[in-house]
Amino acid sequence: MREVVLDRHEGEVDYQPNENGPWLTRLLAELEAGSGTIGVLGGLHGELAALDPNDLTDLDDLGVGAASGTFNDLSKLGTDHVQYIPWMQASYVMAANKEALEYLPEGADIDALSYDELIAWAANVHEATGQPKFGFPAGPKGLKHRFFQGYLYPSYTDGVVRTFASDEAVTAWEKFRELWEHTNPASTNFSFLQEQLLSEDVWIAFDHTSRLAQAFNERPDDFIAFPAPAGPAGRGFMPVLAGVAIPSTAPEVDAAKALVTYLMEPETQIATLRATNFFPVVDVELPADLPPSVQAAGGAIAKMSAAPDANPGLLPAGLGDAGGDFNRVFVDTFERIVLARQDIRRVLDDQKRRLEAIMNESGASCWAPDAPSDGPCPVE
Amino acid sequence: MHARMLPYLLILPVTLFLCVFFLYPFVLVSQQAFTTGGGFTLDNFREVIGYWKFPISLSNTLLLAAIVVPVQLALSLLMATMVSRMEKGRDLILYIWTIPLGISDLAAGIIWLAIFEQSGFLNSMLYGVGAIETPINFLSYQNPAIVFLAIALAEIWRATAIMLVILVAGIGLIPKEYYEAAEVFGASPWQRFRRITLPLLRPSLQTALILRVILAFEVFAVVAALGGTLFPVLMGETYAYQFDLLNSGAAAAMALIILALSIASTLVILRVLRIPKGARI
Repeated sequence: MREVVLDRHEGEVDYQPNENGPWLTRLLAELEAGSGTIGVLGGLHGELAALDPNDLTDLDDLGVGAASGTFNDLSKLGTDHVQYIPWMQASYVMAANKEALEYLPEGADIDALSYDELIAWAANVHEATGQPKFGFPAGPKGLKHRFFQGYLYPSYTDGVVRTFASDEAVTAWEKFRELWEHTNPASTNFSFLQEQLLSEDVWIAFDHTSRLAQAFNERPDDFIAFPAPAGPAGRGFMPVLAGVAIPSTAPEVDAAKALVTYLMEPETQIATLRATNFFPVVDVELPADLPPSVQAAGGAIAKMSAAPDANPGLLPAGLGDAGGDFNRVFVDTFERIVLARQDIRRVLDDQKRRLEAIMNESGASCWAPDAPSDGPCPVE
Repeated sequence: MHARMLPYLLILPVTLFLCVFFLYPFVLVSQQAFTTGGGFTLDNFREVIGYWKFPISLSNTLLLAAIVVPVQLALSLLMATMVSRMEKGRDLILYIWTIPLGISDLAAGIIWLAIFEQSGFLNSMLYGVGAIETPINFLSYQNPAIVFLAIALAEIWRATAIMLVILVAGIGLIPKEYYEAAEVFGASPWQRFRRITLPLLRPSLQTALILRVILAFEVFAVVAALGGTLFPVLMGETYAYQFDLLNSGAAAAMALIILALSIASTLVILRVLRIPKGARI
């Protein structure tokens, strides 16, 4: 980040990477004290959405933004003004060791897999090698909740909140249990699947593009990236959006704004892509000499969003600081249904009440693929 | 006047330190635990206790303490008696035994993770001697007993030394005359240990046990490294409330629950190992 992205900026930038806990603790402390040292904040949409919009400087007058209208709407955080500038994006894709390709079920197209075909494929690999070789980021820092929110639920139920406890959701969890039979049981310790792809403990994996990058960069010829599978309700997938914001306590607002503008320039966006594996949010022409991980992931994401059955979901919006609780509903559901093997219907009915409470408390209305709602998104 | 004031003057820095860095934050945390925006409320406690994982993490924490602490007590007693009988090399052995004390608990967890992992030392060794054909995944959700065992082992390895140090010092304080008198009357080594060492070691045992039990309720990094999310404990849940859910009130409530557990167990230990007034040194 310091060497590739920020070095061309005229002003001096003191870049400090942080875990999100300390990031938030420090920011809140500065806001409470009424004076701060942080000029520009970078974070994921969910982290920025957890802040009070009043604590962020409105950025409408900057005149920069993403090419996507959806992203620009998200960046208003439910207000009428731009609270953060969409900065870079990524998504989740599938990756596989090329050795696994010969076990693909007959007639299956790797760029248009269904969940049933994925399960059959993982089962074939399991049978042939004697080891379950599907990998899933279920570790403490793994992004498993995004798989349920953006992939499994949209693909099977065409919703996330409304359909949380529907009969289709029961089917989805039954399918996931089937897949879990062929999943490396150590997955509960996996958080970055590039490691397990490289160690070959896992042959087929689902994860965030930047958490798979190392595998493609170290051994570009051994791995292949492909779109997420499709269910009866389409090919659910979810973009990941990061943004930059200026806290109301920023010491030098003009310098901060200059930095934000700089980060949105096409050349900076490409440099950011090289450094972080997060893709530009503005229209830029990608150069041909990008790292293998970027080419692989870029191709898979393009196929995924262009697929005829694509069913893109949005990041949870409007949850405010209940984002963590929202994720926990899905993680708990996974732990109870898949790890503890409790009855699916009973768990869903039980977790549904938690979800309802969170939606009512935060007042968040539905986001795609759920049908829009007046008031808090109902759990049906 | 100077001589009378001196002790108070000397403990003043420590008192101030504790007030600023312990009492004051403690008051703030209690405030946080009992409020949610409005006035006094027990909502935070209701929330954390009502969560389905709470009974699991509570029983995990208690079970871990119940298994680990007695083993450590026995081990450290044994080691302390051995050390105090040594004539040569006593310091060297003590240094070696207390090495784990110098290692942070997260590092200790990672050391044991390197042993138990799928591609770890234990698997390499078993494979090397031909006991297994493919690496076994020890630390998986299918083997909760092994996960527990690994955590207990790491804890025993890491924290026995702290009890050992206290007990060695305590044994050193016991006057030699008692042992000599006992020997004159023909007491066996076991009798001497039971009738002299143990009773006179009570104050040190108290300190060692209180310290160790409190630390056992705070177990976190070793569990996080070895068990991930497979073995929820109270402290891990507290961390999750604070940093994953950004719910400081609930985290504060958890912290107070752990504090209550610690105080309760301290009182029990003080009561059980109480020293009769006339027998205090």
